[in-house]
Amino acid sequence: MGNHLEGLSKKAQKGCVKLKRLGLIINPIAGMGGRVGLKGTDGPDILEKAKSLGAKPWAPDRARDALRKLESLKDTIEIVAYPRTMGEEISIKCGFNPQVIGAISETTTASDTKRAAQDMRREEVDLLLFAGGDGTARDIYDAVGCSMVVLGIPAGVKIYSAVFASSPTRAGELAGLYVEGKVGEVIEAEVMDINEDDYREGALSAKLHGYLKIPFEITHIQTSKAGSSPNEKYSQEAIALDIVENMSDDFHYIIGPGTTTKAIMQRLNLDSSLLGVDLVYRKKLVRKDLNESKLLEQIRAKRTKLIVTPIGGQGYVFGRGNQQISPQVIEQVGKDNIIIVATKHKIDSLEGRPLLIDTGDEATDNLLRGYLKIITGYRESIIYKCV
Amino acid sequence: MPFRKKDEKIVHPYIPNSVPEVKAKMLQEIGVKDIEELYESIPENLRFKGQLNLPEPLLSEHALRSHVEKILSKNTTCKETISFLGGGCWQHYVPAVCDEINQRSEFLTAYAGEPYEDHGRFQALFEYASLMAELLDMDVVNVPTYDWCQAASTSLRMAGRITGRKEALIIDTISPERLSAMKNYCRPVMTLQMINHRSQTGLMDVDDLESKTSSNTACIYFENPSYLGFIETQGKAISNIAHENGALIVVGADPTSLGVISPPSNYGADIACGDIQGLGIHMNYGGGLGGFIATRDEKEFVMEYPFRLFGITKTSVEGEYGFADVAYERTSFAKREEGKEFVGTMAALWGITAGVYLSLMGPKGMRELGRTIMQKSQYAMKKLSEIKGLKVPVFRSPHFKEFVVDFTDTGMTVESINKFLLENDIFGGKDISSEFPQLGNCALYCVTEIHTKGDIDKLAQTLSLCSQ
Amino acid sequence: MKAERNPKPRNFHQAKWDEPVIFELSRRGERGVLVPEIESEIEECVGDGTSILPENMRRKVPPGLPEISQMKVLKHYLHLSQQCLGADLNVDIGQGTCTMKYSPKINRLLAVSPKVTELHPFQDESTVQGALEIMYRLDLFLREISGMDRFTFQPGGGSSAILAMVSIIQAYHDFNKENQRDEVLTTIFSHPSDAAAAAVKGYKVVTLYPNEDGYVDIEALKKAISPRTAALLITNPEDTGIFNPQIAEFTRIAREVGALCGYDQANANGILGVTRAREAGFDMCFFNLHKTFSSPHGCGGPATGALGVREELKDFLPVPIVEFDGEKYFLNYDLSNTIGKVRGFYGVFPAILNAYAWIMSLGSAGLKEVANVAVLNNNYILKKVKEIRGASAPYAAGKHRIEQVRYSWQKLTEETGITTEDVTYRMADFGFHLWSSHHPFIVPQPFTIEPTESYSKDEIDEYIAGLKKVVEEAYSEPEKIKAAPHSSVVHKIDQSTLDDPEKWAITWRAYLRKHKKDA
Repeated sequence: MGNHLEGLSKKAQKGCVKLKRLGLIINPIAGMGGRVGLKGTDGPDILEKAKSLGAKPWAPDRARDALRKLESLKDTIEIVAYPRTMGEEISIKCGFNPQVIGAISETTTASDTKRAAQDMRREEVDLLLFAGGDGTARDIYDAVGCSMVVLGIPAGVKIYSAVFASSPTRAGELAGLYVEGKVGEVIEAEVMDINEDDYREGALSAKLHGYLKIPFEITHIQTSKAGSSPNEKYSQEAIALDIVENMSDDFHYIIGPGTTTKAIMQRLNLDSSLLGVDLVYRKKLVRKDLNESKLLEQIRAKRTKLIVTPIGGQGYVFGRGNQQISPQVIEQVGKDNIIIVATKHKIDSLEGRPLLIDTGDEATDNLLRGYLKIITGYRESIIYKCV
Repeated sequence: MPFRKKDEKIVHPYIPNSVPEVKAKMLQEIGVKDIEELYESIPENLRFKGQLNLPEPLLSEHALRSHVEKILSKNTTCKETISFLGGGCWQHYVPAVCDEINQRSEFLTAYAGEPYEDHGRFQALFEYASLMAELLDMDVVNVPTYDWCQAASTSLRMAGRITGRKEALIIDTISPERLSAMKNYCRPVMTLQMINHRSQTGLMDVDDLESKTSSNTACIYFENPSYLGFIETQGKAISNIAHENGALIVVGADPTSLGVISPPSNYGADIACGDIQGLGIHMNYGGGLGGFIATRDEKEFVMEYPFRLFGITKTSVEGEYGFADVAYERTSFAKREEGKEFVGTMAALWGITAGVYLSLMGPKGMRELGRTIMQKSQYAMKKLSEIKGLKVPVFRSPHFKEFVVDFTDTGMTVESINKFLLENDIFGGKDISSEFPQLGNCALYCVTEIHTKGDIDKLAQTLSLCSQ
Repeated sequence: MKAERNPKPRNFHQAKWDEPVIFELSRRGERGVLVPEIESEIEECVGDGTSILPENMRRKVPPGLPEISQMKVLKHYLHLSQQCLGADLNVDIGQGTCTMKYSPKINRLLAVSPKVTELHPFQDESTVQGALEIMYRLDLFLREISGMDRFTFQPGGGSSAILAMVSIIQAYHDFNKENQRDEVLTTIFSHPSDAAAAAVKGYKVVTLYPNEDGYVDIEALKKAISPRTAALLITNPEDTGIFNPQIAEFTRIAREVGALCGYDQANANGILGVTRAREAGFDMCFFNLHKTFSSPHGCGGPATGALGVREELKDFLPVPIVEFDGEKYFLNYDLSNTIGKVRGFYGVFPAILNAYAWIMSLGSAGLKEVANVAVLNNNYILKKVKEIRGASAPYAAGKHRIEQVRYSWQKLTEETGITTEDVTYRMADFGFHLWSSHHPFIVPQPFTIEPTESYSKDEIDEYIAGLKKVVEEAYSEPEKIKAAPHSSVVHKIDQSTLDDPEKWAITWRAYLRKHKKDA
């Protein structure tokens, strides 16, 4: 149970029976735009506009809902918060006595979030809870990457990143379970980069920005009649073996972004780009991190297979995080040469909702939709609906 | 639906809501006219028309009981005769407390509840595993699987997963039933190759083993005592060959022998398996089987068990014991694998029974059991060897409980001999002439602690009549 | 001053003996039972028996078994049995998919008769005509109930029957030289053993996920089926209690590509006499005798998975099968393509006897009534549970179900933070079980209730009252639930050590070795 804490919490390692430390960062302006019909609050102009439309801070309330779930643990956890609206106020309101670190000015910005995350890491908190949206998640990622375990309290308009709990209350509960040592697994989840200008104008362009480590909830009910499910890493390795075993020398292989697809590259011992598209031929790297035009150039007149994995919390197979794989690329590859891979955790997290496809071209989307085969393990696959 | 042609509707004792008024009330609460409406999702063309063609029901318990008892009376049991049958199912004494416990309603009808309201079940099975662990001198034992066939088959597959290899070497004196089950279970993922035995002693031909062991070998499997009753004494040498080649040793052992005979872990076994039927469980026409697998407490082994493992732990109250499933999560897909087999409803009640048995017997009881069995079977071998035409035992080795008798020199088939014995209310040893044709006209005789001197003498007398 | 009698749910408290582990009861010198004494003449003749053992094979250190007198052993295990909630003792409708129906005591009585317990499987057939007759007759009954042509009782449980099915499928395709068939199709709501057994036999497994109606869509099947499909293994109705109306179409499509169809009939209780495997187009099916056919569950076996096949597959069955030549019953080992054995001997005879007697008690009208009332009870509960705040029954909205329902506490969890696991532990305080679902949890926060035909309306109402009470508490005093159970055998179990190799203790001796220093 303890290996994921290695290196993260020296205090825990020393075996001190001490309070668990929960870091709290609130992005006070997250979600303000949505309430008044604006999408997001990047940038001071939009923020001013939102305020003028009567928008009130929303994230603090969401954080409060999360902290309420931790009230019963008041005596065993210590909150480490950033000052005033960035965590201190809400903590006190919820009956905690937080350790306040750092300093902020009247209006908060992205750099405050980043600095806060770095400070939290220095404080060696066991878990960093942050309230915000995709933008906040990006900032956290830019600041600390995968060096600590975090969890998002959703407080954004529409959230594409997979690093958030399904609700603020769930975030609180999961955080509590995690610091009590009752969560069995930590996985890497996508942080998405939504271009808010495009978004505001109705177009949508979502890129994969990075991965954060979050607690993955596994219920502790006795699985009395059957064994437990494999963990994320195991599944990814199993999928990678299945893919590699079936690789043909006659095909080029486009490997899309994501940790599950990159496990294939790791199996082949090849350099790769986590967030980008790589090209492989006869188990050797042809080129990594190609953009759309370079990709088309490389695969022209060549038999090619495309390996993709759903990205983000919504479960998009195409359209969020792998736009390099454009409709033209898909057409060139051919529908029958598309291989979708996903771990069981990923599929489970959809809770029965279908996977989504949004290439930007309706015709391509229609071609791809329906029941698709997805490789989920070694010699294991599923048939799942994609709309 | 009326049970009889008369107007009177019988409500069956097993179906309380069959009472018409209750049915009506429930239908009303659901909001449908009749039960047919509830089946709307089943298409008309899939509906079975008419009544199933089954016998008229025996509605009164008296009629049912008489009917079944009448059929059962056509059986002649081992209690009504003297039986020398063995070969994977044995007639041992079943202490009354064993039956008392496994007929308790709570144990008999529990199933898959949580370790709270079913705490007793978890503790009873944890204790079973712990008691077996002492007998086997190993730290991990599973919640029972179906039988020895399954335990052995899974042991081979476990060895395959642990070593990453695909071949199992099997001693050729193995029970044919077990070999058949193992073949089916391993196909097509693992291959089985047979190892020869030495015809004089029955023991494994270690030279043959050495020539067949390679870097492809996942494990070597043998049974102790053998299906044919002799004790394999070369355990250490066999283990050395296996371990030098990176293979594992799997031994199928008889728990009733372990009060006097060394447990497999003491001569190099990595995995021990076998059947618990001899530990306080009635034969039940072959229904009293339960399979065990035991290994060291190392995670490479523990993570390969497909069956349940119960662990002891604490609860939120100081001093309370809690029990729950040990579930090791696989975190690294290092080798090519096919998954971890399956688990299901297997033989838990027999496991609890075996635990009761071992608790009653204790170390002294197990030792006395082993010794008594050896004395009685040796006495039987001696008496039978005095009979003209019989060669007993076929293998020049120490035996436990069972031994092979060669009737070839009598000029009679085992079949005809057993027929004669039957006429004299004796069940003769199992006819293994077709299982092991190279042995000739042979039978496998089993003598346990329940056989009296009188029983054995009667066998000897009857056989000597026969061979004249 | 009138105290309320018969509150629903009860003020239950489970027996709680704080029972030590058996080893802790040991006292040097105590004996539990004595072994038959050896006759002195035998001892004179052969000596002590063990001296013929070579030195290296003699057990030197006696096994560390406890030494306990007989009454103490009895008491200990009786305490444990009291700390176990068998179906006989409670309204056991919360163990969905387990079919926890009444196991008639008359059948138990018959099954412990010496005419059953003292039979050896290798006895001459002439001495076991009674046993063989019962096996044969049950075979005939199940043929009629399913429409299949031949049954074997050799598999020791449902999962073993699945393995036998997959083995037959493999042997069948091998026989027809169809070696390209390397895939088996199943669904996510089928039992995990359907996929697992196929994997054991080296097949690739394709799992079909359901559509919004809760069953697998024909389009999904069409996507998966191919000339490489060896078989389709499916449960119907699935664990959600939803009957797939397209099932005949499924089997037709499978047959078209030459694949076999195996029917996991673990959920047969609601369809006895209503619909059969044969007409739905299946080539083989199995029943759990310990579920639908009332053989007791025994804490998890012994049990039987009765496997039936069409005539064309009979020669692949495991051997032996029981036959009747007009005069006597016999064991037939002569099946030309048999897969061999899946278990020792012929089956768990007590379970077979239980099933036989149960069917004889009910007859065809009785079996139909069993199915009808099981479905009635289930739909009654469906109505009641949907009225409970925080509960829902995903899929098939407004429709009826067959014999069980998979519900969800998702709303309850969102509104109160109480999860399905929490509810389960609190239900134990009322003497109830509640089961969630197999993994993965497709339905979030699932719970599955299967009433069967055995429990009366009053008992069902008591169970519902229990659920209601827990929900009430969830909205008013959730901490009470989080700390549950309160009146069960033990308090909250600490699971944290159970997946840590350094800490887990699967046996007492391992526990002493690893934790004694902490004790």
